Amino acid sequence: MFVLIVGAGRVGSAVAKSALAAGHEVSVLDQDPLSHERLDAGQSKSWEDAQGQFTVGTALEVDALIQAGIERADVFIASTGGDNTNLIIAQIAQKRFGVEKALVRVMDPARAGWYGQQGLYTISPTQHAIEMFESALEVQPA
Amino acid sequence: MYAIIVGAGKVGRNLARELIVKGHEVTLIESSRPCYLAIEEEFEHAAQYGDATELWVLERSGIQRADLVVAVTGDDEDNMLVCQVAKEKYLCDRIIARVNNPRNHDHFRLLGIQPAVSATDLILRLIEHEVPRYGLVHLLALEEERLEIIELEVNDDAPVVGEKVADIALPEGSLIISVLRGGAGFVPKPDTVIEAGDEVLLVLDPGLEEAITTYFAPNGHPADV
Repeated sequence: MFVLIVGAGRVGSAVAKSALAAGHEVSVLDQDPLSHERLDAGQSKSWEDAQGQFTVGTALEVDALIQAGIERADVFIASTGGDNTNLIIAQIAQKRFGVEKALVRVMDPARAGWYGQQGLYTISPTQHAIEMFESALEVQPA
Repeated sequence: MYAIIVGAGKVGRNLARELIVKGHEVTLIESSRPCYLAIEEEFEHAAQYGDATELWVLERSGIQRADLVVAVTGDDEDNMLVCQVAKEKYLCDRIIARVNNPRNHDHFRLLGIQPAVSATDLILRLIEHEVPRYGLVHLLALEEERLEIIELEVNDDAPVVGEKVADIALPEGSLIISVLRGGAGFVPKPDTVIEAGDEVLLVLDPGLEEAITTYFAPNGHPADV
């Protein structure tokens, strides 16, 4: 499976490393060249030596997406720091490039909920945190 | 009319001012606290503080009854998201988005966010209009209606020079709507004769630009849009 991950922050880089270790082909796109260090951290081989791909660019640049291999991606993961950026680029991946599965990190539970109903696979860390606090407190969701 | 304007920069502020003067109800939403405090003095209750990409902020501003949502922040993703949510979740009929980076125009179109207005594109149109003998100039594209209005300057060696409008067999889906000659414009009659140096305005179905150019400006270069 070819996985394209946009945004190599804590989440993106960790998922990139485990997807690569699991034998998938992984390409990472980030606007900050320094984010590459997160992909190398704690690994015995460098990201490229381990057959990972890394492209510097922003996700709204179509050229950068194509260079990162979006045209043959099976899964697209939007994990930049911006909810709105993630929601827009995931739709570009689906509607323009026909990527079958688009996973989107959306901090805001409300936006995650609505866009989830529109056909995006949204993951809201905030919603998970809320549920974990509620369960630790043993209270019912409001 | 009730209009929600997102982003209180120069564009948003001036739009709000104009609409209020024209008697419309306006809410101007701004997410930066210092900027909000600056506009609140002028706009009072019409100014709201908040991030309009948060659904509850839009709801608090009464998006359910808005006739128009205008997103003019400096961030294209935010503008796209506000307009998409306004149109698809809150079923607002009229949206207008600002495109900050013209290279993002395709993304707005892909997500069905029209009209999307780019200052760079508008200025480019004006430059094309002001630069003589440029060839074909796009004056207006009505994307939803699938029509466009273009302007062409008639070359000396164009096949239509000396022809009556009635005798020019233009492709189907095109019509001469106006002729500019010697600084004045007029609506041509069937017996109007086209002269070299005329500027003609045509309304077209999309995709006819190249075919039309050969009639009026065989050596002109269609402007790239």
